Amino acid sequence: MIAPDALLLAGFSQTADNLIPVLQHVQKTCGFISQDSVRQIAGFLKVSEAHVFGVASFYTQFRFEKPGDNLIRVCLGTACHVQDGTHLAKEIHNILGIAPGETTPDGRFEFQQVACLGCCAQAPLVEINGKIFGKMTPDKLRKVLKKYEAL
Amino acid sequence: MKRFDAIRQDALLKWKERTEGSSIPVIYLGTASCGRAAGVMSVLETINETLANLHVEARIVQVGCIGPCYLEPLMDIALPGGPRVCYANVTSEKAVKILTACLLKGDLQPKLAAGHFGDDAFTQKTGIPRFFDLPMLKPQVRVILRNCGLIDPEEIDPYLAFDGYVGLQSVLNQDPLQTIACLKESGLRGRGGAGFPTFKKWELCRAAQADQKYVICNADEGDPGAFMNRALLESDPHAVLEGMLIGGYATGATHGIVYVRAEYPLAVVRLKLAIQQMRVYGLLGEKILGSGFNFDITVHEGAGAFVCGEETALIASLEGGRGMPRPRPPYPADRGLNGCPTLINNTETFGTIPAIMRNGGTWFHQFGANGNYGTKTFSLVGKVRHTGLIEVPLGMTLRQVVDEIGGGTKEPFKAIQTGGPLGGCLPEAQLDTPITYETMRAQGSMMGSGGLIVMDESTCMVDMARYFVGFAQSESCGNCTPCRIGTRVLMSTLEKITRGDGETGDLEIMQRAADTMVKTALCGLGQAASNPVTSSLRYFMSEYEQHIRAKTCPASVCTDLFEFQISAQTCSGCGLCVEVCRVGAIQGNRKEPHILDAGLCIQCRACVKVCARKAIVGVPIAARMNKSAFSEVVA
Repeated sequence: MIAPDALLLAGFSQTADNLIPVLQHVQKTCGFISQDSVRQIAGFLKVSEAHVFGVASFYTQFRFEKPGDNLIRVCLGTACHVQDGTHLAKEIHNILGIAPGETTPDGRFEFQQVACLGCCAQAPLVEINGKIFGKMTPDKLRKVLKKYEAL
Repeated sequence: MKRFDAIRQDALLKWKERTEGSSIPVIYLGTASCGRAAGVMSVLETINETLANLHVEARIVQVGCIGPCYLEPLMDIALPGGPRVCYANVTSEKAVKILTACLLKGDLQPKLAAGHFGDDAFTQKTGIPRFFDLPMLKPQVRVILRNCGLIDPEEIDPYLAFDGYVGLQSVLNQDPLQTIACLKESGLRGRGGAGFPTFKKWELCRAAQADQKYVICNADEGDPGAFMNRALLESDPHAVLEGMLIGGYATGATHGIVYVRAEYPLAVVRLKLAIQQMRVYGLLGEKILGSGFNFDITVHEGAGAFVCGEETALIASLEGGRGMPRPRPPYPADRGLNGCPTLINNTETFGTIPAIMRNGGTWFHQFGANGNYGTKTFSLVGKVRHTGLIEVPLGMTLRQVVDEIGGGTKEPFKAIQTGGPLGGCLPEAQLDTPITYETMRAQGSMMGSGGLIVMDESTCMVDMARYFVGFAQSESCGNCTPCRIGTRVLMSTLEKITRGDGETGDLEIMQRAADTMVKTALCGLGQAASNPVTSSLRYFMSEYEQHIRAKTCPASVCTDLFEFQISAQTCSGCGLCVEVCRVGAIQGNRKEPHILDAGLCIQCRACVKVCARKAIVGVPIAARMNKSAFSEVVA
């Protein structure tokens, strides 16, 4: 949750066209958009809660549950698909036992699939906590995950 | 203005001092996102450590992406008085070796060097080829990417040193209508892919009467497999910003917005830095360069929606709503952001403008031909040997791009996908097609923003069509019925076919859905979403038929239709496949043919990739029912 005062302090004016930057700010600060945040944002921008949730749920960036400690994103862009990126996704599923969009029960790892990370010449890609690993293989993936103590 | 000339002179001196005129060695490192994905940041750490260990002073300059990503990480070294010498695929160990030899003994290690940026004499002396003479680079023309990988994108001085903002300066001295006339003369067309004449947008926006007008740079590069805009923004952000300023002056706008993907954090950082630098130099704000022109630029981060690449959806998103397209007209040039006239162009279009303004409209005609003038950047990826960011004159054939620039494929070529996920896959027979807006459309594909994905025999075209339609389905905003239902019909039919349940009527169902979508969908996404299906039906019908009639996948991709077996005749018993198999499905003694247990196999292809003799082959499952019965027993 984030108090409207904090939004004012962060320099946001109370106009509806600010909704997406405000949502991005809240997510960055709190990690996700909670129901309380939706309420606060709606009050701050003077729009309905349904509008706030409607907009937030339209974009893939916004999430409504607490994120895992480590975020693993597998790129499934065209270049990664052609270079067997789907097998990396399967491998992560095998290792962590969770499907894309899920977090491990202990909250340590979260697994997402993304449309394209834009480093297609290094396909297939896996991104862990913002760091992109290129030319991935299931073996390399296991080694990297070991560093994050996923294995 | 005079003051600005002095600033530019000063910038050139400063940059020269940092680089070619440096009294200490200079190390250039490509640290754009692709370099980082290849591990350049750990090479940077090694360089710093090595310099400390060797007690040598050297300057490190971080540059952007120079193009041949398959050579990443790239490290260039310039010894005082010498040209930049480029080393490719640099690992930490290789970096230590090269640095030690170069910096301590002046030995450039010609055998390890990929190319240099000097003259022919240097080639004769060292045997190192010129970097831009490498097979991948030689056929290219660098207009938009001219600075990429050569300058430090986090500083404004290097950009100024290479004629930065000269285009803007000359434009500010003339009437805006002259600027638009120059653009008209150049024949530049929208680089987002639609190919609409750029000057027309500018003219319409100029003619619209309003107190407030906007300029929007569309950097919401959502096409999977395309990264030209990312590379340009990360490597030369000022070029795009200068283009926006010129657009603002020509149309009478005062506020510019760069709408950039949130997935491109480095581009966002570098854009924001560039904007700050522009303020300091009086290139933003009021009375820019002493003229009467006022302009400001802000950066807006997208929130992840492919459809926001469509201009009206992008504007809806900027206004704080769901990114859903609306019918046009009115066009944004008439009524765009907040109902005001808005000039909205693609990143690459803006990136091309400064060069045109510097050199004049007719100068642009030397590249390309017949209404397709200028150069276009593409991201060349997939199964070609040389992957990377390229720039070629329009009209070059796809074959030149794949074979000369891309260095061909290792396995036999099958298809090239142009125009992003909404484009089409073209077969070998169409490779001699010149790349122009019209020819691409005539072949059932489109120019699109510039992703070129090469596929070889290991790619299944039905699976690719399913992949693209899956993308379009998940990115469809759901606003109009043809797109929402159409993508679903296509997707479920393709899933059925790849599962082995295809029926003869399925192809007709897909064709009908596709026709309806083309004719009735609201925006470009829905109208083009069926392109991957129709183009593959046109060129790869036999693959569909094999899936439907024989229930086989010739490329061994659709996992329900085949199982892997090891050919006893070909297998040499080297044991490599046994090592890589993580499920223990392969067994056998050394030097004896191995055996693969299809019941344990998860079809991950790890073994296929390591087998030098290609002994592991996909075999169609004779009776499908038996396989499902078998997996039930195993489960």
